[in-house]
Amino acid sequence: MYNLIGAGLIVIGAGIGLGQIGGKAMEGIARQPEATGKIQTAMIIIAALLEGLAFGALFLGK
Amino acid sequence: MKIAQKSIKFILIVVVAFFTSVNFAAISEKNQDNQSDGGRVNTKEEVEAYILHHIKDSHDFSLFSYTSDAGERKHVGFPLPIILWTSEGLVTFMSSNFHHNDDGHVIVEKNGLKFAKIHSKIYELNKGASEVTFDETHHAKNAHKVLDFSITKSVVGVLLIGFLLLLWFSSLARQYKTQKIPTGFARVLEPLVIYVRDEIARPNIGEKHYRRFTGYLLTVFFFIWTLNLSGLTPLGFNVTGQLAVTGCLAIFTLVIYSVSGTKGYWMHMIWMPGVPVLIRPVLAIIELAGALLIKPFSLLVRLFANISAGHIVVMSLIAIMFTLKESLGVVGATGLSLVLSFFITLIEVLVAFLQAYIFTMLSALFIGMAVEDHAEHH
Repeated sequence: MYNLIGAGLIVIGAGIGLGQIGGKAMEGIARQPEATGKIQTAMIIIAALLEGLAFGALFLGK
Repeated sequence: MKIAQKSIKFILIVVVAFFTSVNFAAISEKNQDNQSDGGRVNTKEEVEAYILHHIKDSHDFSLFSYTSDAGERKHVGFPLPIILWTSEGLVTFMSSNFHHNDDGHVIVEKNGLKFAKIHSKIYELNKGASEVTFDETHHAKNAHKVLDFSITKSVVGVLLIGFLLLLWFSSLARQYKTQKIPTGFARVLEPLVIYVRDEIARPNIGEKHYRRFTGYLLTVFFFIWTLNLSGLTPLGFNVTGQLAVTGCLAIFTLVIYSVSGTKGYWMHMIWMPGVPVLIRPVLAIIELAGALLIKPFSLLVRLFANISAGHIVVMSLIAIMFTLKESLGVVGATGLSLVLSFFITLIEVLVAFLQAYIFTMLSALFIGMAVEDHAEHH
């Protein structure tokens, strides 16, 4: 029961984090379209790190 | 030549379509059979068992199974060799000897030893025992596990894809001896190779060192990508969703960036310069845990969880046509399931590429951190 609540919290946290990453990357691209490639690469790396954290927590809490 | 290629393509499409349709037919037939028994079937439980069975590795390559008119369970597929290292040395036999039994009731006798298969694990029975007895938590009491080197379904997948990659890339490499621009399928591979080199290896590792590691990064990229894509075919591989496979790939990356790490990299980790002396041991613990445990663990879990979760979602959406049949009707449930699983499968094609890209990208990033020159900072 508690681990299910924990899993839900993890997913909420990861969702907020991914939203922040995506939103800020969009803002950055809108301000500086010529830096699109660099911003996208950095965005994907950070999203992947966050995803690894979320999956790790889910995996341990299962 | 053109016609031959076209007919090969046609045959491939027919084979794929056949397997897909038969797979679904097998499930629905099973369902009908249970309903005609009169007993209430728990479709949800059956679907869950089916999905869990698919996610796990197995000792035989089963394409599908169905119940014949006589009420007999039929399995279509082919057996794989089982290779065991037991208390009395090497023992080999084919997995068909178990007759698809998975709860330890079929005993295989070989070289005077008795074996049983329980939940996809091979057990050796103790001396004098003739059948497996279970305690109340369903653990075998008079049998023990043996070292299992069998060619399982995942091993077949790895060997198949490895052979395929060898074939494709050696033909690509051979073409450069005689011509500047490759022809045929190699023309698809060349831009991908250049993409990995110029977009992943070069910016992350640096101009000076990237050539040394491009070979490893290319291998890992194409290995993961083709295995991910093969998991979406009706053959039902789930190789990159096995912890052992992703763990091995993560360990390769760990060994490569640990061995090729410069003196500056290790000194920054163990005895960070420019920080008060009292904080240095604390930082060393955090840095070492990060480099030796957390980095490979995150690589391992990300690939495993993404691919396994993708397979579970696709199969659950296919299962909608059985679980919602009563409330939506046959046409409604099938239509809903078809639409949802079609689009999720398209997303899975994207995820297959993305996961291969991210694994390669992070490997390159970690290697780049280990080999970069630290001298200019102080």
